[in-house]
Amino acid sequence: MSEFPYLKDQDVVEVQRGPEPGGARGAYRAFGETLRGLKTTMARLVEGPLTIQYPEEKTPVYPRFRGRHKLHKFEDTGLEKCVGCSLCAAACPADCIRVVAAENIPGDRVSAGERYAAVYEINLSRCIFCGYCEIACPFDAITMGHDYEMADYDRADLIFTKEMLLAEPIERTPLRREGE
Amino acid sequence: MLPLADTGYVEATWVMVVKSLVIFGVIFAILPLMTVLERKLIGRFQHRYGPNRVGPYGILQPLADVGKLLGKEPFRPANAIPTLFILGPLLPVLSGVLALAIIPWGDVQDGVGLYGIDVPIGILYFFAVGSIAFYGLVLGGWASGSKYSFLGAMRSAAQLISYEVSMGLALLGAIMMAGSLSLVDIVHAQGEIWFIVPQAVGFLIFMLAGFAESNRAPFDLVEADAELVQGFMTEYGGMRFGSFLLVEYMEILVVSGIAAAIFLGGWMGPGPSFLDPVWMLAKMLALVLVFIWVRATLPRLRYDQLMSLGWKVLLPLATLNVLVTAVLVVVT
Repeated sequence: MSEFPYLKDQDVVEVQRGPEPGGARGAYRAFGETLRGLKTTMARLVEGPLTIQYPEEKTPVYPRFRGRHKLHKFEDTGLEKCVGCSLCAAACPADCIRVVAAENIPGDRVSAGERYAAVYEINLSRCIFCGYCEIACPFDAITMGHDYEMADYDRADLIFTKEMLLAEPIERTPLRREGE
Repeated sequence: MLPLADTGYVEATWVMVVKSLVIFGVIFAILPLMTVLERKLIGRFQHRYGPNRVGPYGILQPLADVGKLLGKEPFRPANAIPTLFILGPLLPVLSGVLALAIIPWGDVQDGVGLYGIDVPIGILYFFAVGSIAFYGLVLGGWASGSKYSFLGAMRSAAQLISYEVSMGLALLGAIMMAGSLSLVDIVHAQGEIWFIVPQAVGFLIFMLAGFAESNRAPFDLVEADAELVQGFMTEYGGMRFGSFLLVEYMEILVVSGIAAAIFLGGWMGPGPSFLDPVWMLAKMLALVLVFIWVRATLPRLRYDQLMSLGWKVLLPLATLNVLVTAVLVVVT
């Protein structure tokens, strides 16, 4: 073991070598390996394709998948949960959320709090889908949805306004069941 | 000089014309389907579907491909040699079509031989015509005025000399057993047993050389996409490129046809005699599947590896095969 003084005895394993290339044995080996290769590819053919035909077929996403944002309203009163505190905008590392708050008028309330978001915009071409806005929000007014098909022809169309975020998104994404 | 009757030109002219048109039409209907078949099968070999968007099951894909190629500009590099550059893709097409003539689709039925011509020098004709294709590759590669094309052309020349000899020797065994060079006679000689059984070595060598003849994997080093950007085809575009591609498939069909006729009993099969061309076609397609299967499996051989395989393995094996066959033919 003087050859490898830094290795313990049991760590030295003899390398297993095939026959040398060339000569009759080498030719036989090449032939055998070729047949083995042909068998391997044929086995793949028998297994059939694994491709998912994307626009028609979709892989289901996990429940915690972070897709396009959603803004929420209270189910009973119909008031917006967002109170325009701008914590999401402060938490956003990509700086893609813009909130302009306004005072609620007592007769015509928009949100449940004192103030509401008069402007709520998310620039989805900047968003990195980290989900910090969801964590920062004290009222669970913004959550990440499951929608990821947001390609568009114009960058301006990727700035989502409050109405777009409040609207029920077209659910195009299958959801993975528990344990699937 | 042979009398004309001996060369098999005994049919009326219009029969010959109709036969040629039918063979040409059928083959050119099969070629595009072969490209889809290959792409779909290669896909399946890799756990994919392959083209399946154009038409039902992607069957119209070649139509879309040809449409695209026809819409391309017939570009020619500034320092190319015009006439030779245009001649490049033409010669292989010519050679492929000429070689199709001798593939036997059936015996003489109702006074009409179901083959283009039954040339008494059959296999020599195949070699003579098949080699013309390489003039196309070398001329095209050289006339492109590009170093990649030139390298590809040189490789194809080197490849030609390393497999052509073994290819000829591989067939020699079958020729000796049949006692004739005519493909029709060779098929007739297989009445008792297909030549693939006594000539298994010859069949393997012929198929290996056939992969090289049609520039297919594992011997596609002539057009090696990764290193030579398609070799001799680099500077070609549009339908000129398309015809190089067409020739590749045509040569696969020709090599499969010759192999099916010489080793797999040609048109022989159960059923009435009008099924003969169908049997021939089925055997050819089975061999085409082998071509695709091998392409999906084997990596490309290096330049020197092809040389040493051709000269050190295939040539001695083929020679030995010929010698043993010769002794056995004389003894029995």
